[in-house]
Amino acid sequence: MNTIYRKRLFINRLALLLALAAMAVGMLFLAWILYTLLARGLSGLSLAVFTQMTPPPGSEGGLANAIFGSLMMVGFATFIATPIGILAGIYLAEFGNRGWVGPTTRFINDILLSAPSIVVGLFIYTVYVAKVQHFSGWAGTLALSLLAVPVVVRTTENMLRLVPNSLREAAAALGAPQWKVVLSVALRAVRGGVLTGILLAVARISGETAPLLFTALNNQFWSSDMNAPMANLPVVIFQFAMSPFENWQSLAWAGALLITFSVLVLNILARTLFSQKTSS
Amino acid sequence: MSTAEQESIDAARMAKKLNRQHMADKLFRFTTLGFALLVLAMLAAIIASLIYGAFPAFREFGFGFLTSTDWNPVTNKYGALNTIFGTVVTSIIALAIAIPVSFGIAIFLTELCPVWLKRPLGTAVELLAAIPSIIYGMWGLFVFAPVFSEYIQPFLAQTLGKLPIIGALFQGPAMGIGMLAAGVILSIMVIPFIASVMRDVFEVVPGVLKESAYGLGATTWEVVRNVVLPYTKIGVVGGVMLGLGRALGETMAVTFVIGNAHKISASLFNPGNSIASTLANEFAEASKDLHIASLISLGLVLFLITFIVLAIAKLLLIRLTRNEGART
Repeated sequence: MNTIYRKRLFINRLALLLALAAMAVGMLFLAWILYTLLARGLSGLSLAVFTQMTPPPGSEGGLANAIFGSLMMVGFATFIATPIGILAGIYLAEFGNRGWVGPTTRFINDILLSAPSIVVGLFIYTVYVAKVQHFSGWAGTLALSLLAVPVVVRTTENMLRLVPNSLREAAAALGAPQWKVVLSVALRAVRGGVLTGILLAVARISGETAPLLFTALNNQFWSSDMNAPMANLPVVIFQFAMSPFENWQSLAWAGALLITFSVLVLNILARTLFSQKTSS
Repeated sequence: MSTAEQESIDAARMAKKLNRQHMADKLFRFTTLGFALLVLAMLAAIIASLIYGAFPAFREFGFGFLTSTDWNPVTNKYGALNTIFGTVVTSIIALAIAIPVSFGIAIFLTELCPVWLKRPLGTAVELLAAIPSIIYGMWGLFVFAPVFSEYIQPFLAQTLGKLPIIGALFQGPAMGIGMLAAGVILSIMVIPFIASVMRDVFEVVPGVLKESAYGLGATTWEVVRNVVLPYTKIGVVGGVMLGLGRALGETMAVTFVIGNAHKISASLFNPGNSIASTLANEFAEASKDLHIASLISLGLVLFLITFIVLAIAKLLLIRLTRNEGART
């Protein structure tokens, strides 16, 4: 009898110890990656990174054109994806319970959410880049907005579903038409949550490299022409990191630190925003 | 003007106003419907354009494309088997590592963790998912690979490499980069996805069920093993499939560490190639039409595989929530 108890206790301790170890492993990798970024990225980080263009191999330079290109493309992509995502999200939450459109769209949207981003790049390449015969900032923007839409759709729908129906009924009882109920009451009640979704979408697309490789490509010089190939941080990091030149590699680490830092800040910001919204 | 006339004019005006609101409602409804359909159209357009772009390659090679190991831009011969093999093998390695670790993390977060630590640790795990994949790639190539070749690979070759049959998997030069390294990096990337789904489904287990088991004298592990896991098994499998979908399509991290060699080798230490890494490496430089078409065919194959895997994941997770609704 005693041995059975002891065995059960032993198995329990072992299992919980392994669970603790698994958690420690996860945290170890997070810390290790962040430490590497800080250790290698900080030394390459200077004012020149923000003011000078990407250099040819062997000379000094910065990432100014890449930072600018990334900001432009992520900005425009967010601008395109936000209205599409919010409106589609409204349909799913408010009208999407009956018929086939709602459930099918919800299903497909969740699949697009985790679909390989490189395939989205291929798609934009075949329908846009191959047709106009040149890589461009707009192509990159389109690819990024395709990746951002599912994120905004999902969070908008989830947030709207948190709005109690009594709120909608109260507005309708006052004689408000449905579009007003949705836009001025339901959507307004959860605007913090919707903003969280947009921030998460921005965080998601600002680190994406694969869809930009053959849409925006890269540009060694300053260019604000969205119709021409455009420099962007992820592709520059990829190219510089894979190169044998030391100054390119140190710039790549500086860029990596910048990107990770901004993505993590966006994520944390989105989470605190959301938790404030739900607790109040 | 009599009051009766005035009333009827008012009523007409009211009716007109109501009518207009009705129209506005309809318009609103159809606008949002249009954007929902746009999401569906996106998927249809992606599949259609890939089929269109891949068509020349399938016309040239037929279904032999999927079974041929030839990949040679010089002779203009292309086959997908090498890259499919690399994609599947790296994903299997990733899951083999990620499933137990994610399970441990989920148990820790739901059963062991003190309440005040739950939120910060849960967020930390999710931040691991937010780090862009190119960062994993750089870290994998410059930091992890040297450690891997110096300590872990020789150790694996000394232990597992000596075993019969599976020993062949762990032999060869310890270069750091290769299919095993790519699988390990991938596993770190999918752990947060699987772990957070597992944590979420573990949390839907009704407290009464667990408390009853504890009341009967069960240990924490026994509660997890015999109450939580059976209750949530569909959701757990769904989470694993979600992770698999991520692993199959992951591009940048794999491109950095897989070694980019178009061949199938028995040893996991050797370099290989996945569909996504081939696309990342060759697409921008491909100039021959057939080369481009073949690369797009690879993309189509990848998209179809991940689509099926993700669809299964989603269906399983939907089933779990539906059962949940039926029970309560």
